[in-house]
Amino acid sequence: MRKVRAIEFVSLLASLMILVSACGRQPTAANSAGDGGPQRAIQNKGSDTLVNLALAWAEAYRTVAPDVSIAVTGGGSGTGIASLINGTVDIANASRAMKESELEDARQNGVEPQEYTVAIDALAVIVNQANPVSQLTIDQLADIFTGRVTNWQAVGGNDAPIILVSRETNSGTHVYFLEEVIRQGDSENTDVFAPQTLLMPSSVGITSEVQRNPNAIGYDGLGYTDPAHEKLIAVAKNAGSPFVTPSVATGADGTYPISRALYMYTTANPDTTIAAYLDWVRGPEGQQIVAELGFVPLSPP
Amino acid sequence: MSRQQANKLAVGVLTVVAAIVVIPILLVIVYVVWQGLPALSWAFLTEAPRNGMKEGGIMPALLGTILLTLGTAIVSFPLSIATAIYLAEYAGDNRLTRWIRMAIVNLAGIPSIVYGLFGLGAFVLFMGFGTSILAGSLTLGIMTMPVVISTAEEAILAVPQQFRTVSLSLGASRWQTIRYQVLPHALPGIITGIILGLGRAAGETAPILFTVAAFYVPELPRSIFDQTMALPYHLYVISTQVPGMPLQIQYGAALVLLLIVLSFTLVATLVRTQMRRRREW
Amino acid sequence: MAVVQKSSQIDAPTDATSQTNWGEWFIEGVIKVAGISSIVIIGLIFLFLLREGLPAFLDIPLRQLFGTRWYPIEDAFGMAPLLAGSLIVTVGAVVIALPLGLTTAIYMGEIAPPWQREILKPIIEVLAGIPSIVLGFLGWIALAPLIQRLGAPTGLTAFTGSLILAYMSLPTIISIAEDALYAVPKEYRGGALAIGATQWQSIWRVVLPAARPGLVIAVMLGIGRAIGETMAVMMVTGNAANIPSLGSGIFFQPVRTMTATIAAEMGEVAQGSLHYSTLFAIGIVLFVISFAINWLAGRLVGMKGMRRSRRGGML
Repeated sequence: MRKVRAIEFVSLLASLMILVSACGRQPTAANSAGDGGPQRAIQNKGSDTLVNLALAWAEAYRTVAPDVSIAVTGGGSGTGIASLINGTVDIANASRAMKESELEDARQNGVEPQEYTVAIDALAVIVNQANPVSQLTIDQLADIFTGRVTNWQAVGGNDAPIILVSRETNSGTHVYFLEEVIRQGDSENTDVFAPQTLLMPSSVGITSEVQRNPNAIGYDGLGYTDPAHEKLIAVAKNAGSPFVTPSVATGADGTYPISRALYMYTTANPDTTIAAYLDWVRGPEGQQIVAELGFVPLSPP
Repeated sequence: MSRQQANKLAVGVLTVVAAIVVIPILLVIVYVVWQGLPALSWAFLTEAPRNGMKEGGIMPALLGTILLTLGTAIVSFPLSIATAIYLAEYAGDNRLTRWIRMAIVNLAGIPSIVYGLFGLGAFVLFMGFGTSILAGSLTLGIMTMPVVISTAEEAILAVPQQFRTVSLSLGASRWQTIRYQVLPHALPGIITGIILGLGRAAGETAPILFTVAAFYVPELPRSIFDQTMALPYHLYVISTQVPGMPLQIQYGAALVLLLIVLSFTLVATLVRTQMRRRREW
Repeated sequence: MAVVQKSSQIDAPTDATSQTNWGEWFIEGVIKVAGISSIVIIGLIFLFLLREGLPAFLDIPLRQLFGTRWYPIEDAFGMAPLLAGSLIVTVGAVVIALPLGLTTAIYMGEIAPPWQREILKPIIEVLAGIPSIVLGFLGWIALAPLIQRLGAPTGLTAFTGSLILAYMSLPTIISIAEDALYAVPKEYRGGALAIGATQWQSIWRVVLPAARPGLVIAVMLGIGRAIGETMAVMMVTGNAANIPSLGSGIFFQPVRTMTATIAAEMGEVAQGSLHYSTLFAIGIVLFVISFAINWLAGRLVGMKGMRRSRRGGML
């Protein structure tokens, strides 16, 4: 009799394996067929700059529409866009606009992305609070981050080496800073971050390193910085123009030179649940949360 | 310096070095416990994170790790133990056996991040499971095989040869001998291997990065095709990705993870000691 | 043996010792198939790495692939900085772990009284059990600031990674080295002491040379452990993809290892892109390195020693 148990066990195992190999992928977007069902899941993925904002939206939206569950994942703007192209997410978060090559990839996969601006982000340049330097021009920033200037003395600081801190290359923040600050919007310019730049896998990595290292300089979304713990550098567009400290106000009126839009992407004509969520995000309630987290809300239309 | 003095000096140095090795280990444990203990509470273990994970507990991550550990067990053990039985009882001294052993040794040496790549290429993309508990369990399961196989094989080999001889001479078949004479006696050793493998699986981050782990999911997983949060990745996320994260929660999560993994080690050690004590041959 | 064979034996072939029936035949079949599963799995791992990573080797000229610049968003896929980073962190870890590990093993095996051994062994086992992410977390939050305060320009350096990796590979090194020392016959020590050698002389001149093959393998597997570690290293080495300048400060610069590069960038890439393939190509390099380490270790001590020691790190 006991032998039978062993046979049962093995056949159970075999059937389990068959079951496993028989089941294909469950497409995440397949739930869209179940509109009106008790639970509706939205997959939301992408930019790490946006992830905490997206998380706050997702949590708050539970009180608005309790039957909608929004799963939020970070990973970088590229991740989210790639997943949208692969059809594994419903909404991609991006801290930069989609590249032409990505749009092509999407169309080849039969996906026509639709862009929504959901918030504005001012990129704050931060240094340790013990650092005497408090204002820099974009030219000086470019010199510092490319490694042309390696000592704080050259920009009016102490005689100390400059420690560069940046986001990983997969973040939209990194790309934006590269294009708009280091290359100053010049597409012919091929300058890059100095090779000794510390690459942090996250925004928090940058603020922590700047907080504990007196010679560090980094950049981060305004929402991630805290003037109580690190010094926010006032930035001037060029030598003659005024130095502007980043804040929600200077970001909103456009006087702070390093700010950008944050996006969400969906496929064209998203279903009603997704559309309703995006409307809410861009509406007063959603934008209230934007301001609370230190980002710059969209100006009301 | 006389030989005796030199000897004293050498012994002294050896003692100091041993202390250099041991003291930081104890410091790490004490430090994590000291910092993490205030965060621990029933609510911390049973509540979901709130307010951008800055409040609340770690329940979804804890549950995810438990599910993944179970999944690992289901994937790894039948295959590992069958392999161990094969190697200990059936394999001859031939080229195939040498190849198998070489494969196991090499499997043990592959970096965990490479297992992650394999899981991504094979399970997430090729088989189309997506980032899911299934893909993560398969990846972790395969990763733990070498540990389970070698511990189980050793346990089976430790069963005295006479047991087999007697059983066979009484007319039992080879499988009957294994099933009723060898395996019951090897069981504690096999269980040790299983627990060690599970402990390793529960604490790993790299293999689950691309195969299952989610930054934040509001819903608990409902099928093996769902993503889940997992404790090691959760610790990574809250210590590096979320601004304004209270230190206490970070240390709390670290402590829970440490306790889970160390309890596996502890149980394995206990089973092993128990086994040695009970062994009468 | 409470089993009574009731199943039909009418046309089942039987031999003298076993009464075969289909169930038993099936189970033995399954076991034999499972036996070769390890070979199949390792083959599959290589196959899938190759499937995804081969385009990188085909589409990027080798000179460029092992070039000195790693900047994927501009299609610069030079692995040299990553190889250098992994190498420096690993060498640093071995330089720290080797003397500590071997000395501890000698202390535990030759000098410590039994009661101390009973305490030391579980502590080392506990170390083996601490998840790398926990050590990385502590390295990030506590060790890095400490190292910065000691005068490094930043706390996130190769040395910080080496220090953590050293402790992570200590259990492997210690337990294998201890096994090797244990395997040295008692008579060697007794003989040395009998002819008037001190305890230290007996260890240094007699025991260590006899245990050498085992010690070598301890080191090899310690290296294997260190080079493959991901999370802890990613959190503390600063991840700057530059080729560190040689000199006294070499260990106190930020570096980017191969493993950290995969972990940090794989989440982002589009499947099938060149960047994606290149990350798998790095995986292939790691796979080959781990094979080479095993091969070398196997060469040095033979397969049997390898198998024993593999588990050594765990318990």
